[in-house]
Amino acid sequence: MASITTGSKAHHDDHGHGSHHGHDDSYLTPKSSLWATIVDWATTVDHKKIGVMYLFTILFMFFIGGVAAILVRLELFEPTRTIVDAAGATSIKGHLLGSVFQGGSVALDQANNTYNRVFTLHGLVMVFLVIVPSVPASLGNFLIPLMLGAKDVAFPRLNLLSWYIYVLGSLFAIASALAGGVDTGWTFYTPYSTSTEEGHWRVLFMIGAAFILGFSSILTGLNFVVTVHKLRAPGMGWFDMPLFIWGMYGTAIIQVLATPVIGITLLLLIFERVFHIGIFDPRMGGDPVLFQHFFWFYSHPVVYVMILPGMACISEMIAVFCRKKVFGYRAVAFSSLAIAGISFIVWGHHMFTSQGELSAVIFSALTFLVALPSAVKVFNWIGTLYGASIDLKTPMLYALGFLFLFSIGGLTGLFLGALSTDLHLHDTYFVVAHFHYVMMGSTLIAFVGALHMYWPKMFGKMYNEFWGKTGFWLVFLGFNLTFFPQFIMGAHGMPRRYASYVDEFTIYHQLSTVGSLVLLVGFLVHLGNFIHSLLAGPKAPPNPWGALTLDWTDTASPPITHNFHHEPVVTHGPYDFDDVVPPQTNPVDFPISAAPGKGKAH
Amino acid sequence: MATLPADKDLLAASAPPHERYRAAEHFRDRDHEFDAVKLGVWLFLATEVLLFSGLFVFYGIMRMLYPEAFIHGSSLLDWRIGLLNTIVLLYSSYTVADSVRCAQTNDQAGLRRNILITFFCGLAFLIIKFGFEYGPKYADGKLPGAFYSYPNAVSEYEPLWWGLYWGATGIHASHVIIGMGLFIWLYIRSLKGHFGPKHYNAVEGVGLYWHIVDIVWIFLFPLLYLIH
Ligand code: HEM
Ligand SMILES: [Cu+2]
Repeated sequence: MASITTGSKAHHDDHGHGSHHGHDDSYLTPKSSLWATIVDWATTVDHKKIGVMYLFTILFMFFIGGVAAILVRLELFEPTRTIVDAAGATSIKGHLLGSVFQGGSVALDQANNTYNRVFTLHGLVMVFLVIVPSVPASLGNFLIPLMLGAKDVAFPRLNLLSWYIYVLGSLFAIASALAGGVDTGWTFYTPYSTSTEEGHWRVLFMIGAAFILGFSSILTGLNFVVTVHKLRAPGMGWFDMPLFIWGMYGTAIIQVLATPVIGITLLLLIFERVFHIGIFDPRMGGDPVLFQHFFWFYSHPVVYVMILPGMACISEMIAVFCRKKVFGYRAVAFSSLAIAGISFIVWGHHMFTSQGELSAVIFSALTFLVALPSAVKVFNWIGTLYGASIDLKTPMLYALGFLFLFSIGGLTGLFLGALSTDLHLHDTYFVVAHFHYVMMGSTLIAFVGALHMYWPKMFGKMYNEFWGKTGFWLVFLGFNLTFFPQFIMGAHGMPRRYASYVDEFTIYHQLSTVGSLVLLVGFLVHLGNFIHSLLAGPKAPPNPWGALTLDWTDTASPPITHNFHHEPVVTHGPYDFDDVVPPQTNPVDFPISAAPGKGKAH
Repeated sequence: MATLPADKDLLAASAPPHERYRAAEHFRDRDHEFDAVKLGVWLFLATEVLLFSGLFVFYGIMRMLYPEAFIHGSSLLDWRIGLLNTIVLLYSSYTVADSVRCAQTNDQAGLRRNILITFFCGLAFLIIKFGFEYGPKYADGKLPGAFYSYPNAVSEYEPLWWGLYWGATGIHASHVIIGMGLFIWLYIRSLKGHFGPKHYNAVEGVGLYWHIVDIVWIFLFPLLYLIH
């Protein structure tokens, strides 16, 4: 085996394939000049570099979406209203908008309009540019070939193309935002989205951005499915794959199968705006509810595109920091596929109020079904925690945070999935809180945790544990402070998407705004910690956490350009902590779990 | 792993490029790469099918709501032109399949001929489409939605039908155009001797794509032209 691998390597050198000197250089090694390095990155087909480029572009978009979020929250610190003082002069109350727009009711309209644009921008950026690509495109790209023992993803050039498409889509979105943004909400509901600002290009640009981003998502998904099928290292059967891969595989399948539907839907939306074909326009006989069906036929599965990668990360974090086999490996693996499958038949729960009763009942029942595989995972993770000696490093804290927040997010999903309660809660802050608990509290939290876990692998530097944990607590507390009050005010009837509200809700909004600032500080702490790590962090060992998957056991930190010196051969399962001393570690640090005080529950 | 042969052939520098072809370095050999490419293409085709099935669902729902508009609209299409285009595409599906066979049997002349014929079938399809269908319909004002100005409608919902007609056939035609671009690319590569029995990934992939373009038309043709 080894000799053949070496043989073919020598052969590649004969042909001068690529201009790399030496196979042992880290993939981060710069070229001779700055310009050469930039060209090298811009034209790279190395999945690791593409993953890193994705990571930084996604983090940049996260920053933009975050600024919009903070603006929304600051504005909601007090309700936006016109007030008339004793002298009869009118002014607008409202934190930010109040200081920008002044005068009578026209100014209030403008203020509300601006508010609509800001929250729409926030939603669009966070969904299409941050959460959907977050884990798969950055960590997935980086880790999947490493975990499988492959040299790259199946189609490296498509992979690079997907990054450029992502950038193109972001540019469309940014151009639209700079030109004034759109006020449709991230859901683009018709007939509003087809008639607002008749003929203006920026709405088209924003819809176009979502359409373009779909291609990037499809390419990533397609690449991953083929990679998982075809590029597993010798000896790695389907059930020897790390659970991260199973999660990404489920995600990739949804990306491939759901995204084309939003593609055609957005295309028809564009036709509708440009040619007025009438499909969604009731005046011409079209049906706006049809748009909702098509939108959610994609967008419900896509919420699992968002959560499955988060779950994928959690499985790794829990296994490694508990030093234990994940309880019920197969159940966790298959639940990823079950989630992917069921996610396609529950879209109607977003439209209980706009469809017939019978279909609403059916969709409600199906919605309860989708909670099952999620619960299977949560119970298995908790089962893994049981009796383990847990190492509370930053990633593990994040994993525990995830369990807590995802449980809240998932259970409140059931409140919403029950017909009678949803009629009351639909379009209130309760829904806003629900989806933030799952999208931010779960996916994003898992992403940040996994970023800590894989940071040493990606950049070869350790981060500071103290500041990591500090960041975690700020994020965790800030998050709950921001979104928990939203459940309460939602249940009391506060509708979503308004700049104004009755006084009764003021306290909840103010708590929420304060929470969002704490959250902001938490993220800044992480940012500072990461920057410090890059500049002055201690060098990372190849396997700092004592993990057993190939990305830790068979490569350096950061990995060499070709990932592995020899094609790895898999001889043990990804979580056999009971039998295997983690390679590339000092055995004293990571004794076999069966040793006293470690691992086994009994 | 006894997978050396693929790389062994490389030694003969005078051999044509398709024999010297070496799989990308993250694949074990050419067969491995071929399998992966094929799976990738099939997945891509699945996305195409889903894209068009969205359109078919729209068609079904709108037809159910406004049957008279759709029946009348359909009666304004000339099925003979649709049939002609169906024959053109079916024939091109045959030639593209044959081009794969030619690559497998190292029939370079046949390969190039088939690629060219397929390309010209695509062109013929477009000429027929634009010359005999889009052109006259445009002149008659049988246009989507707000641009509709045909005076003899029997139902006020006919603009919807034309919206679907133009949308569906337009998206299909754009696929034909992309396919033609791909055939130019294949033709240039075939001139350079890139394809042969051991390496014809691109011919196979583009061929499969072209079949999907064809199959979509096989569905569009009866839905738009034949069902009354
Ligand atoms: C246990 C599983 C879940 C159930 C039963 C569930 C159920 C629901 C229901 C019924 C609604 C519609 C509420 C309404 O509009 O009246 C909803 C909204 C939503 N859910 Fe979930 N959900 C679950 C998990 C998730 C996950 C994991 C995510 C994302 C990561 C997610 C993201 C969303 C989003 C984004 C919305 C609102 C979209 C909007 O109207 O803007 N949900 N959920
Ligand atoms: Cu949903």
